[in-house]
Amino acid sequence: MSQGERRSGKGDRVMVPPAEFRSYYGRQVVKTPVWRHDVAAYLFTGGLAAGAALVAAGADLTGRPALRTTGRLTALAAIGASGYFLINDLGRPSRFHHMLRVAKPTSPMSVGTWVFSAFGAAAGVAAVAEAAPWLPRDGVVGLAARALPAAGRAGGLAAAAAAPALATYTAVLLSDTATPAWHEAYPRLPFVFAGSALASGGAAGLIGAPIAQAGPARTLAVAGAALELTATHGVEHRMGLLSEPFRQGRAGRLLRAARLLTAAGAAGALFGGRNRVVSALSGAALLAGSVATRYGVFEAGKASAEDPKYTVLPQRERLATRPPG
Amino acid sequence: MAEAHPVGFQWVMEAKKRGATVIHVDPRFTRTSALADQFVPLRAGSDIAFLGGVINYILQNELDFREYVVAYTNAATIVREDFQDTEDLDGLFSGYHEETGTYDPQSWQYQGHDTRVPTHGEMHTQRETGAGLRHESHGAPVSNIAERDETLQDPRCVYQILKKHYARYTPEVVERVCGVPPEQFQKVCEAWTRNSGRDRTTALVYSVGWTQHSVGVQYIRTGAIIQLLLGNMGRPGGGIMALRGHASIQGSTDIPTLFNLLPGYLPMPHFKEHETFDLWVDAIRHPGQKGFWSGARSYAVSLLKAYFGDNARADNNFGYGYLPRMTGDHGTYQQVLNMIDGKVKGYFLLGQNPAVGSAHGRAQRLGMANLDWLVVRDLYMIESATFWKDSPEIETGEIVTEECRTEVFFLPAASHVEKEGTFTQTQRMLQWREKALDPPQDCRSELWFFYHLGRLVRERLATSTLERDRPVLDLAWSYPTQGRHDEPSAEAVLKEINGYVVATGDPVSGFTALKDDGSTACGCWIYSGVFADGVNQAARRKPGQEQSWVAPEWGWVWPANRRILYNRASADPQGVPWSERKAYVWWDPEKREWTGHDVPDFEKKKDPSYRARRGTTGVAGLAGDDPFIMQGDGKGWLFAPAGLIDGPLPTHYEPAESPLRNPLYGQQANPTRKVYDRPDNQLNPAPPEPHSEVFPFVFTTSRLTEHHTAGGMSRQLAYLSELQPAMFVEVSPALAKERGLEHMGWAHVVTGRAAVEARVLVTARLRPLRIDGRVIHQVWLPYHWGGSGLTTGDSANDLFGITLDPNVLIQESKVGTCDIRPGRRPTGPALLNYIAGYLRRAGLDASHYAPLETPGTAE
Amino acid sequence: MTGPNSYFGPIDPAPDAGYVDAPPRMGFFTDTSVCIGCKACEVACKEWNGIPDDGFNLLGMSYDNTGGLSANTWRHVAFIEQESPSEASMDVLREAERTVSTQFLGMPSSTLPGATGREDRDLRWLMMSNVCKHCTHAACLDVCPTGALFRTEFGTVVVQEDICNGCGYCIPACPYGVIDQRKDDGRAWKCTLCYDRIGEGMTPACAQACPTQSIQYGELDELRDRAAKRVEVLHQRGVPEAKLYGHDPADGVGGDGAFFLLLDEPEVYGLPPDPVVTTRDLPSMWKHAGVAALTMAAAAVVAFLGRRP
Repeated sequence: MSQGERRSGKGDRVMVPPAEFRSYYGRQVVKTPVWRHDVAAYLFTGGLAAGAALVAAGADLTGRPALRTTGRLTALAAIGASGYFLINDLGRPSRFHHMLRVAKPTSPMSVGTWVFSAFGAAAGVAAVAEAAPWLPRDGVVGLAARALPAAGRAGGLAAAAAAPALATYTAVLLSDTATPAWHEAYPRLPFVFAGSALASGGAAGLIGAPIAQAGPARTLAVAGAALELTATHGVEHRMGLLSEPFRQGRAGRLLRAARLLTAAGAAGALFGGRNRVVSALSGAALLAGSVATRYGVFEAGKASAEDPKYTVLPQRERLATRPPG
Repeated sequence: MAEAHPVGFQWVMEAKKRGATVIHVDPRFTRTSALADQFVPLRAGSDIAFLGGVINYILQNELDFREYVVAYTNAATIVREDFQDTEDLDGLFSGYHEETGTYDPQSWQYQGHDTRVPTHGEMHTQRETGAGLRHESHGAPVSNIAERDETLQDPRCVYQILKKHYARYTPEVVERVCGVPPEQFQKVCEAWTRNSGRDRTTALVYSVGWTQHSVGVQYIRTGAIIQLLLGNMGRPGGGIMALRGHASIQGSTDIPTLFNLLPGYLPMPHFKEHETFDLWVDAIRHPGQKGFWSGARSYAVSLLKAYFGDNARADNNFGYGYLPRMTGDHGTYQQVLNMIDGKVKGYFLLGQNPAVGSAHGRAQRLGMANLDWLVVRDLYMIESATFWKDSPEIETGEIVTEECRTEVFFLPAASHVEKEGTFTQTQRMLQWREKALDPPQDCRSELWFFYHLGRLVRERLATSTLERDRPVLDLAWSYPTQGRHDEPSAEAVLKEINGYVVATGDPVSGFTALKDDGSTACGCWIYSGVFADGVNQAARRKPGQEQSWVAPEWGWVWPANRRILYNRASADPQGVPWSERKAYVWWDPEKREWTGHDVPDFEKKKDPSYRARRGTTGVAGLAGDDPFIMQGDGKGWLFAPAGLIDGPLPTHYEPAESPLRNPLYGQQANPTRKVYDRPDNQLNPAPPEPHSEVFPFVFTTSRLTEHHTAGGMSRQLAYLSELQPAMFVEVSPALAKERGLEHMGWAHVVTGRAAVEARVLVTARLRPLRIDGRVIHQVWLPYHWGGSGLTTGDSANDLFGITLDPNVLIQESKVGTCDIRPGRRPTGPALLNYIAGYLRRAGLDASHYAPLETPGTAE
Repeated sequence: MTGPNSYFGPIDPAPDAGYVDAPPRMGFFTDTSVCIGCKACEVACKEWNGIPDDGFNLLGMSYDNTGGLSANTWRHVAFIEQESPSEASMDVLREAERTVSTQFLGMPSSTLPGATGREDRDLRWLMMSNVCKHCTHAACLDVCPTGALFRTEFGTVVVQEDICNGCGYCIPACPYGVIDQRKDDGRAWKCTLCYDRIGEGMTPACAQACPTQSIQYGELDELRDRAAKRVEVLHQRGVPEAKLYGHDPADGVGGDGAFFLLLDEPEVYGLPPDPVVTTRDLPSMWKHAGVAALTMAAAAVVAFLGRRP
């Protein structure tokens, strides 16, 4: 009955005219990811943790203690939140440790679990080291306190080493699915997430560190924002039909908001960076932009799964161009 | 078939795989149609016109299997001179009596018929008692001396009468009545005839829906005429397959749950017709007639011995006086109307859910609400057990729980896996099944229930000296029991059904071993042999690949483990197979006996050339080439001189409810149909009565694969309910447009009895037909839903009124007229007003009912 | 244990997964040309595996009221009604149209390519029992981070319910939309190809229940031969639209362990026309991610080195 019926786009106007296609009562072919907003939130917090850890390590090595502290604490808070989000999203949270049964290179989630664990441990040590000044200098505790800065540096550097992986593996996590928009975006998504992580890490520095120490953070924030905007633009416009879900509906609205916030944040950081308030506001805008980007990408994937045309049409095109035989 | 018999349909698919052509004729495109090579939609209720057209095609083109037809059917037999056909009498046969609405069948007889035939008054009695059911199986009285013209040229021979009768059923008429285009019809005719003859056979399969018409028996007769003309009876790959409504429906007529039959199709005695034992037996065996019913006395005596044991003696006619007598119509619909009228006090329901499953559900429920007591034995609390608190009539105020006088006893039943016993399927095959597990809690088998009920009743009456209690006290009621709950042994019952020598208790080998002197007992003569050699033959399970293709060692088939009835017809008159390809049983001239793949349905040693001396009766009267050994003349009946209430030949009559005037005859509907003219059974007007346009659409009902009949066994199960979770109605896109019905929206279907709401499924599987120059829309509903269970909904059977086939008293519940409207139906008392409005517009009131006879000229 | 085709390309999955002396690969051949839509497979599957019902929802999708494969429906029968009216029936339809004026609000229907050309069949009702494909390259298995999903010795793919922690990754990974999460349970569920039956030499419940041999279970190689012959027969009998789906070891998932004979395009049945296992692109994904990660690290180095206080 419903066979051969053309599905017109719902919600936003269809920009690419939908080609003729057939489906089973307009039902989706692939399943919508069952991940809830926890995962979108984790995309942000994980990136923030990674960006912050880089900022912290750089600050540590270049003698910017306030920026270092901000970075380390942000990294720990963000990675802690990440842990919460990840476990909370599990269908069986009490079995989170089953992730540690195996290490599978074919599973980005398994890879991510180990990266996450390594990062988390290192970032934890680095952050705890920030407590050194408040600890007594004597006794056993004092002994430990005296060892802390070195351990903190080691932890911080280790975390920073893991940070780029932590920030970008999540792109592979999304892309390594049959979710049409995510999979199609696999060459671009790591750059969106890398940029977004840098921007949010830098933004944390803008908010938490004094102007004097925040310079590199500002640079990173602006550079990250630029990368994020550029790569996102590619996702939104260079993927043919599969760019559509990034421009339409909830995802479209989120990514438009992300663009505005990120651009505004970057501009603020670039031109108003000498003002503590403007600097902090810019940081907040960048953080918000990063959040919106992650949620936008997340939603676009879901939307692309829910409409069978995003599965059927690109595959039909592929078949049409494949040499027979 | 794929819808309601998916497991059996595997064999159709198997045949298709081997090259068989499958044609499906149905008002609506079903799962069967989807797999058929050709689908032919037709108007519900027009089947005789369709099949009559096929007969006409065969006869006009002389495509009948002439050698078979001349030798094995009554085609050559001469019919009395005063017989008049529907061609002569505008839709009536000769002998119609208006006052009783029945025929005097004198003029239908063979020329030279010398035995008495019933009068129209007796025919009326026969209709009241569903006598066709017994004639169908045991042969109506005919003379074995009949004139024949084997050239088939005599204008009064059956062949010529048939030809004249069906000459009117041209492809154009088929189109006009059924809505089947001539090209499509031609294809069916060609396929059917091309695939029949010496080398090929065609099978005709119908489902019980065919029987649920006011001319249901004649539907099947029409099919039988075609199959006889084409030589498809008694031969492998041929025949007429009746698909039953559920497991062991065949068994429930063999050992009947019917008011008018005793086991083995012996008639229930009638108080006037069968006053004495001899009259009763003679009414079965018809002295002077050929065939196997001549042994009826042995079957009857042995049955009574099984019933009454030592109390069945020659000096008391073996207890014949103990048998209940029929006094009239005791059919299920008459009973229900009697309940409404307060004439019936108690009711047992076993595995039946009339509140949902029977026509005119409202009458069923109002009847049950007016009893003293009702016993319901079922797996679940079905609608028929809870009508007093949740039926639709509660909502309309017609039943008030506090005032409903019926005391309901619900007794939980064991399911088929929780008890042992046999099922008898449509091939007459008995298959034993073991008990897989004990029934839970208080659930018990039917066998347990009746055995212990009988035991307790007999205990209560033990000291009674009343004459009326003798039959119960004199019953042989002793069965071995086993287990915690004293479950009677089903195998012991099967042994009794098989029959045994009274003196020794040894099982008999078959019905030919039964005696009429009381020395044998047998619970059902046709089942005799199922325990031959003391072995439960029904329990045999030899895999098909380990035996011949007929697979005689799987289960047991009555009679005498014969897989195909009348299989003598698979060989030519000389006893040689019609063809190598279709060889089945044949005469071995060397051994001088019948042999073959199956048990020959013939006397083993009777030479094909055997001819009885004139006047020889019984089995010896059958000639060596008389294959239809249960018929009084040994022939397959193209023309039925007796045994049918509504005429010797199938004739197209419109259903009782139809939007059309009968295009063929002045007589609109079956003039002998059984009607109940009562204000609570209003039938929608059909032409020539006025106002038929108030109910302009034809509707029919059937089943879905996912549910079982009234839903008692499926709407309680989540795995089935989720597959078809709601009552719906199927309409064509054109009708949806005409009535403003929205796919998946609500609609309600209205008749003179009820308004039933359902979700709408708009589908091209239903399509309008052009009938007699008009576009006729058909509406389809499943009848599975009711008020209880995991999924609930209105019952489609509420829409039907009560009109019955005159031969077997089966209701016309596969076709009616209706209106359909968008939206839900009114509720509460407003619903009654709504239907009353329709009745008013249709001019239906208690003072006038449609006459049975509708003289006048067809267009 | 990874070989050259471990991610993509023809392969025998059980040995590739490390089984020594693995039994022959077992699978399903579902021949939709003989499916009668009885749904016995759906019910038998649920009975054997003790799966909850999928809710009572009248969907209006012909006789399909379970919608598709899900955590609670491991066999699913699709129903597709296709109409290409013949001239004769069109006449009646046109006549019926003339007599009415109200707007038709029902389901749309249309003429279809691929509908059979046989003149006496202007209506097709396609039925198809769908099931997990048990891919040669199973994305669900590849992405599972706990090892709950594993390759059996029969080459099938099974979830271990005591391991699965409901991370949900397998669900979007499946190119066929098969595996799904059971909401009140949190774990992922799908067809096991009756691992608990076939290990005992029994036939999977659905195939056992199928009355018309639409679902055939057996050694995959043998099934592929059988299916090819069946297509040939159908082509000879005037069913040119019959074609196999998922039978080709060279396809995007290395061939399905459960493949089909279809009478129309895959998407008509809700199947992807050209499924590719997502992990085919995984190496490239990691490369891109690596470049992005390096970019990130470089940016950090530059940002700090360029701005020494």
